[in-house]
Amino acid sequence: MINSTVAEISAALAAGDISSIEITQAYLDRIAALNGELNAYITVCAESALQQASSADEARANGNTNPLLGIPLAHKDIFCTRDILTTCGSRMLHNFVSPYNATVVERLNDAGVVLLGKTNMDEFAMGSSNETSFFGDVKNPWNLECVPGGSSGGSAAAVAADMCAMATGTDTGGSIRQPAAFCGITGFKPSYGRVSRWGMIAFASSLDQAGPITKNAEDAALMLNAIAGLDTKDSTSIDRPVEDYTASLNDSIKGLRIGVPREHFAEGLSAEVEKAVRDALAEYEKLGATIVDIDLPNSHLSVSSYYVVAPAEASANLSRFDGVRYGYRCKDPIDLEDMYKRTRSEGFGEEVKRRIMIGTYALSAGFYDAYYRKAQKIRRLIKDDFNKAFKDVDVIIGPTSPHTAFKLGSKSDPVSMYLEDIYTIAVNLAGLPAASIPVGVWDGLPMGMHIIGADFQEARVLNVAHQFQQHTDWHKKKPTAIASSKGGL
Amino acid sequence: MALDKSEVEKIAHLARLHISDSEAEEVTTRITDILTLIDQMQSVDTDSVEPLAHPLDVVQRLRADEITEQNQRDELQKLAPASESGLYLVPKVLE
Repeated sequence: MINSTVAEISAALAAGDISSIEITQAYLDRIAALNGELNAYITVCAESALQQASSADEARANGNTNPLLGIPLAHKDIFCTRDILTTCGSRMLHNFVSPYNATVVERLNDAGVVLLGKTNMDEFAMGSSNETSFFGDVKNPWNLECVPGGSSGGSAAAVAADMCAMATGTDTGGSIRQPAAFCGITGFKPSYGRVSRWGMIAFASSLDQAGPITKNAEDAALMLNAIAGLDTKDSTSIDRPVEDYTASLNDSIKGLRIGVPREHFAEGLSAEVEKAVRDALAEYEKLGATIVDIDLPNSHLSVSSYYVVAPAEASANLSRFDGVRYGYRCKDPIDLEDMYKRTRSEGFGEEVKRRIMIGTYALSAGFYDAYYRKAQKIRRLIKDDFNKAFKDVDVIIGPTSPHTAFKLGSKSDPVSMYLEDIYTIAVNLAGLPAASIPVGVWDGLPMGMHIIGADFQEARVLNVAHQFQQHTDWHKKKPTAIASSKGGL
Repeated sequence: MALDKSEVEKIAHLARLHISDSEAEEVTTRITDILTLIDQMQSVDTDSVEPLAHPLDVVQRLRADEITEQNQRDELQKLAPASESGLYLVPKVLE
């Protein structure tokens, strides 16, 4: 049962075929068997998980029929969880036990989920390989020598390896979609503002967005139903009605217009990934969709403008880590400045410090117009490209990542790591919803397809993803590097 | 745009980070590489383009100025590395 989807587990729980305690214990056994190898979890909450499961079983007996009631999940360790360690993958927060729950956590708790634990991630979500975590690398369940992607690498590996039924992630430049592609699962980034950022440790406030990491699009819709919607605690959360994202999953896609950006099939894309995505497009044509070649002419500027906007916002957000109110403080500071500097230099890893410095430089006196303001202007050009494209097409499809998961330790210079997110970053700059779903396996590693929607077209993106999954079985392929028999049920 | 070591030290100070002499050279090289990547955007003429601060061009929502939070000082100060009598303790600032 642990390899089932949320929808399947939900049906089994509703039918009384299994209890939440039984399925929770099965996942805990699976985690115990695999986490030593994969390092997907930073914290496992066995005791409280079983208590939540017991409460869920009781609530069900009393007539609660929420589809997520009793479903065991994992939260990325960027979400504040009351009375549970919340590290954000950093030494800076290695001892931070949050005094409150993030809104995403609270809403899922209200739905009755069971929290199995907190997943590993790149430090402060800055990375594309999960290698910047203070708590060690996560291994890709398909090949233990490869990265799981990042920054939500622990959540993606945990879902792929059946160490939870579903997980939360966050996506600032591709951090849900790229690990979903590398681990052969479904990842979904909603429109900016659709899901509350309150209690989600901030990286780049104008880009960050939380979303589901699941086994298929239907499960993503189920989780999104619970977490989407206005939150007055987050002033950037959007006041707009929330749809039932499962309602249109089965709509026909006959007549759907799919835009295929030439820029996403250019130099740098591996032949195998290109073929897998083209094959998927052919499948869509069989289902009645039409393919339209489009241009996103400013695509090549997305990485450069992102690496101003994101570090600039990060340098401001991360100024709160000063060794005074919570988290790490250096030993025996000689004065206040020494305390700030050593706390931050010892508490942050290399990549985080690099981005703080880039951001500080871009915002420093005399450089603001040349960097931050310039990047915001480029951001407008990128958004305009998408607006123009969406006049003629309903969704835009391309590869999620230029290639399959790379080897651990193989990308040591930051610039080559930054170029990993070449197809995903523009979507964050424009605030659009987008999914990554599996479309093939090459040389033992999965490949992902990127489906981008117009503003607030979450339901459309999930419908397009779900229809593909109704007619293909790439999303059912399981990782081969780990024993499927290890652990529970 | 290439930075030299003294510029990197100045940025580190602004960000309240300490860069040791042994790291300074590598940090300078890495940051210069990233600024070179960033400088690709300087090739585009954006004189007539309005900056986009929010992906949906939405303005900040305001709320009524009412007290909605309760005082949780004691609970929150338990998280501090050092606190006493409701105050956060830091190294001596004034003699």
